[in-house]
Amino acid sequence: MQKSDKNLLDINNLDISFIQARGAAHALRGIDLTIASGEILALVGESGSGKTVTSMSIMGLVPIPPARINKGSLLFKGNDLIGQPHAEMRKLRGKEIAMIFQEPAKYLNPSLKIGEQITEMLVLHLNMSKKQAVEKALEYLDVVGLGKSRRVLNSYPHELSGGMKQRVMIAMAICCNPSLLIADEPTTALDVTLQLQILKLIRNLKKQFSMGVLFISHNLGIVREIADRISVIYAGKIVESASNQNLFEDTLHPYTRALLQSIPDAEKRGHRLRAIPGSVPDAENIPSGCGFHPRCPLAQDMCSQEIPLTKDYGNGHSAACHMVH
Amino acid sequence: MKRFGRLILTVLIISTIVFLVIRVIPGDPALTIAGVDASESDIEAIRAKLGTDKPMLNQYIQWLWDVFRFDFGHSLTSGRPVSELILERFPLTLTLAVLGIVLSIIIAIPLGVISAVRRWSFWDYIGMLFSQAGMAIPSFWLGILLLMLLSIKYRVFPLFGSGSINHLILPSISLGIARAAVLLRLTRASMVEELSKEYVITARAKGLTERMVNYKHALKNALLPVITIAGIQLGYMLGGAIIIEQVFSLPGLGRLFLFAVYQRDFPLIQGGVVFVAFVFSFINFTVDILYSVLNPRIRIT
Amino acid sequence: MHRFVEIKNLEKTYYGHGIFKSLKNAVKAVDRVSLGIEKKSIFGLVGESGCGKTSLVRSVLYLDPPTAGEVWVDNTLLGDLPASGLRSFRQRMQIVFQDPNSALNPKMNIQNSLEEGLVNRGFDAPRRKKQVSRVLDLVGISPSHSTRYPHEFSGGQKQRIVIARAICMEPDFLVLDEPVSNLDVSIQAQIVNLLQDLKEDLGLTYLFISHDLNLVAYLSDRIAVMYRGRLVESGSTDEIMNRPLHPYTLKLFSSIPGMETTAMTDDAGNMPESSSDGVKPVSVDTRGCHYIDLCPLRGRECAARDPQLETVHGSHKVACFKINKCMRRIISTKP
Repeated sequence: MQKSDKNLLDINNLDISFIQARGAAHALRGIDLTIASGEILALVGESGSGKTVTSMSIMGLVPIPPARINKGSLLFKGNDLIGQPHAEMRKLRGKEIAMIFQEPAKYLNPSLKIGEQITEMLVLHLNMSKKQAVEKALEYLDVVGLGKSRRVLNSYPHELSGGMKQRVMIAMAICCNPSLLIADEPTTALDVTLQLQILKLIRNLKKQFSMGVLFISHNLGIVREIADRISVIYAGKIVESASNQNLFEDTLHPYTRALLQSIPDAEKRGHRLRAIPGSVPDAENIPSGCGFHPRCPLAQDMCSQEIPLTKDYGNGHSAACHMVH
Repeated sequence: MKRFGRLILTVLIISTIVFLVIRVIPGDPALTIAGVDASESDIEAIRAKLGTDKPMLNQYIQWLWDVFRFDFGHSLTSGRPVSELILERFPLTLTLAVLGIVLSIIIAIPLGVISAVRRWSFWDYIGMLFSQAGMAIPSFWLGILLLMLLSIKYRVFPLFGSGSINHLILPSISLGIARAAVLLRLTRASMVEELSKEYVITARAKGLTERMVNYKHALKNALLPVITIAGIQLGYMLGGAIIIEQVFSLPGLGRLFLFAVYQRDFPLIQGGVVFVAFVFSFINFTVDILYSVLNPRIRIT
Repeated sequence: MHRFVEIKNLEKTYYGHGIFKSLKNAVKAVDRVSLGIEKKSIFGLVGESGCGKTSLVRSVLYLDPPTAGEVWVDNTLLGDLPASGLRSFRQRMQIVFQDPNSALNPKMNIQNSLEEGLVNRGFDAPRRKKQVSRVLDLVGISPSHSTRYPHEFSGGQKQRIVIARAICMEPDFLVLDEPVSNLDVSIQAQIVNLLQDLKEDLGLTYLFISHDLNLVAYLSDRIAVMYRGRLVESGSTDEIMNRPLHPYTLKLFSSIPGMETTAMTDDAGNMPESSSDGVKPVSVDTRGCHYIDLCPLRGRECAARDPQLETVHGSHKVACFKINKCMRRIISTKP
């Protein structure tokens, strides 16, 4: 299946559910996402909104069963990844599509040296000799700001600080020069003073290696700092997509607006926060119609009956809401 | 170094407890030794020989010095030095224990890992069946069964006695099966837990083969608790496997100590308890060292 | 007369394990911290992981008595109370932790979880039931759900229940240790609003701990910034937000995404970062300013002596040799 490879990643109407003993969980309800090379797309959502399923399905790491892909396609460089044999997906992982995670302390193997954890990929994917791999690993440690440090290579994860561990994770992810980097809440577990540095690093690496980046986060403040474009996901559906600037300055979807208004800061002192009532629906009990309607201040009768279509409002700004005109 | 200190301290404490227990329990060992008809002077002579006529503190210091020199006096029944008796029996017990633990590891770890990697598969059921049976069957019964089948009916292995490795194969199988059952369960549980950890997701995300994910990444971490338990089991077995030695009539430590208790052979009991305590502490010490080599997070600083 | 909560020169030192506690391995988690909290106010404590926030809280509540220093609550010196007196006094001081999932016993229904403390206070069953219903109602959970188990509630509801359990004991001082950090963004505001309402309705006093400067600034009346066991800056929220002075505070501010960068950067525009992240434990014999390794303004005196919290202007205090000198001059000459 060939398609113009203008976009590095092109997700069309992807729909995934998980079959469990207590019923089906509809994790993704037809999502569309595109990422071009050299672009950072941020996927913003709360827990259970479908962020992780999205990234895992791109990696081919969603276990089938219990998962079932109901429909949709996932084009990477023009090839549909859905239905690819396991062996093919394995060759893509780490080499073409790499991933970094929220808690580097947990996502590094505690009993293997950093050097081994980086070089094993180079040996496997790029057929390097052990010696070449070590040289390459040092080079990438330098790229992520740790210097050409043999000391780091010979360390175990627990001997490094949190910030260093995340840099090691990043070095590991980019060492095979992938075209797509998936960053799943990469700064959430880090101290505030380190977050910005890791964000800057990711932005610089994107430029340097012209990677496409899928940046997953729940934090609009951080996303504003790093993303080129932003998609907001709620209950397994993309509710709004826009350029960074448009999303914040010309917010269309009531959910996005409510999220922005509920963030506390010094300016709102003395006023009550505009909280969003209710709680995030879980994937087993998604409300009918628009998934957000029980919590939405604008909801009308039709919102609970019809699933709103995604409409384009120009400049690549789209939203799925009956009440936006 | 700190661990070595702990080893010494443990042996010291155990020696002290043994010393106190022997002194505190009612009854004068000299009376027991001398028998009912002994004269007062005979008893005095035995007391002098045992050293129980001296003040407590002197006795204690003498005792520690004896422990240090590995000299527990002479056995009351055979008249031979206690240390000699113990060292004579120890090689057999050591061989039996090591064979038993090696056998159980050879069975438990591969089967446990396969069970964990392919949960609810054929091999997993085999493993579960094995561990259920291994834990339920008493080892002496298995020993008798093996003897009847392989020694009496088919005469593959010798029935009684010792001296060659052939004599030890059936006993170590009987010992090893029960241990293997425990280790198998532990290996499976530990491996299942490691496979659910986040670094395994990273390993998969790096495009590693499943073989690398399982054996290079998960197994090394999964083995840590298994090694600890295997070490403790080895320690137990080194204290002598009384029942198995009895079933196979093996002259090991277990039977020696059993005999000593029956005969109220105080010096032999004392020496035996201290020796077993020392061996057990030493095994623990070795396991600790091994553990820290495998687990970089608790490296000795 | 003290303020409602008055902490004076509080210290908490942890010694190494083992029979011989060696001073060599001793770690000073809290180092001469003094702060006062007015009744019915919210005091915000800001710091990163490993700065000693948790040790401070444990010491203040005497869950883990401090090594030195005094804690006064409502003119009672906690260190002077006998064990039984402390136990009954502790009803007046409750804590809410970050993770509501681990704070509730999964095998106990909500009613039982909440009334545990009331049993100790000698409440009979009907009175306990009434009290539990009252507090559940206060936090917005239907009292009819009190026979349910924790897993039947969402994260935000669980945190409401944890808060209900704290106020069930009718405390007047509440320590909130990152109470919304584990919650979904859309839920955080609900809980923040709830905490504000409860404070007004029940006349509570809060010590609010968070790494989120935005949130602390929104809620608190006064703010203190903690770094590696010491307070480096304290003042009213306006003082801190309008004129942050300590280099570490400035760095925290510049780390807030979307905020204008006010921190000192080096020539390349990078902010200094140490390889240790600055959260390594501080050994007892460390002298000088703890921020020295990362500080762009560091000088010789910073290594030689410990900077003390000194008043800059009004109630605004900073512990920095460099800032004290120049800023105090600037501020005092301002009209």
